[in-house]
Amino acid sequence: MNLNKTQQNPANTSANSFSMLRAMVGIGILCALMIVLTYEGTFGRIEQLKAEALEKAIFRVIPGIVKSSAFQLDPDGNFVEASEENTTPMIYAGYDENDRLVGVAVEASGQGYADILRILYGYDPESQKIIGFYVLESKETPGLGDKIEKDPNFLANFEALDLSLNDDRSAVKNRVIPVKKGAKENAWEVEGITGATISSRAIGNIIGESTDYWVPVIYKNKEKLMLNSEE
Amino acid sequence: MSNLVRDKKDTDFFSSLKESPSTDEFIKGLWRDNPVFVQVLGMCPVLAVSNTAENALAMGLATAFVLLMSNLLVSSLRNFIPKQVRIASYILIIATFVTITDYAIQAISVELHKSLGAFISLIVVNCLILSRAESFASKNNIGRSMLDALGMGVGFIFALFCLGAVREVLGNGTIFGFSLFPEAFQEWIVMILPAGGFFTLAAWLLIFNIIQKKGSKT
Repeated sequence: MNLNKTQQNPANTSANSFSMLRAMVGIGILCALMIVLTYEGTFGRIEQLKAEALEKAIFRVIPGIVKSSAFQLDPDGNFVEASEENTTPMIYAGYDENDRLVGVAVEASGQGYADILRILYGYDPESQKIIGFYVLESKETPGLGDKIEKDPNFLANFEALDLSLNDDRSAVKNRVIPVKKGAKENAWEVEGITGATISSRAIGNIIGESTDYWVPVIYKNKEKLMLNSEE
Repeated sequence: MSNLVRDKKDTDFFSSLKESPSTDEFIKGLWRDNPVFVQVLGMCPVLAVSNTAENALAMGLATAFVLLMSNLLVSSLRNFIPKQVRIASYILIIATFVTITDYAIQAISVELHKSLGAFISLIVVNCLILSRAESFASKNNIGRSMLDALGMGVGFIFALFCLGAVREVLGNGTIFGFSLFPEAFQEWIVMILPAGGFFTLAAWLLIFNIIQKKGSKT
């Protein structure tokens, strides 16, 4: 009886495993094919939408511009027009209708409350101020942390955030720091939001860290970002 | 042995076909077996992304699409998939359609994709879809499975919209982004937080149960 069972089983299992294997592999191939086709079909459109969203954000953080172009640092620390081979971070220079450099948009990121926050801010090398701010990507809590995107008092921080350089132009005189709501005394402080304390403090710190690096670099090289007036 | 079981099911299936017209497959998901209000399935996305009417609708549509397509495929492959690997096969099929939906939503609107966030990928583990594949599509023909998926999908959209609309109106003072109340309206922030999802769901379940009880008495 027992012997019979063990003799029958191997044949059964091998037939079973074959049909299992056939089903899993077959479905796997079919699914892979569908995913690849969808990926190929939507890739162009997704890239285009992302580029459009970035362009819109650049126009938002540098008010009054009509066009922008991307730049990257070359190994010698000079700005060159962005290219595919260069993998260093990009910055975006924005120009008005007279081809005058209005400002530079810089992307920055850092830890928020829920996840990494990606922001874009506009820096005006002429007045040495931040002139605009936009959240590119955030997963902050709806109703609390996401106030950093729409709270008018908070956004007012970035209409003229002071980023004056020190006397030898090598560093920012006063690093941007976050402060509590109602405690803002100086033009380089970012006033927080009640109910979004961690998120708004994160924004202040992200901007502080990013401007520490970028502002002296951009200021030093600002002539390279200007369009040739003869053109 | 398994053949025997299948034969029995097939006779059940034919007798049930005579008793209930196929529109019933569609209607039952809308009301009598509503996936959210009666079966209480797939609560994670229901509570998480129903904070605005627009998010709720988009999430409902995405889920309904995945449900429809996976039911179609599961039903057409039901004699090809051995019992032992059925769950793995269903998950593979569902995950494929979720990935496709993910790309499609990105191609439609980056903003929408941003606001739905991680919850699109989580449709894979939405127990509503797996339960329909396991308990219906794997036992019925393509036509009935599609009707079932359509009914359940529309029922899911309807339920999500009920939650999303209430939460957006109370929590944000708007509906589809249009302001409803005068400036002085104080939003109930709690309604767009996860806790508000639980409150709203509880209220809808209460209303639904009262209606169904009244219906069964008469």
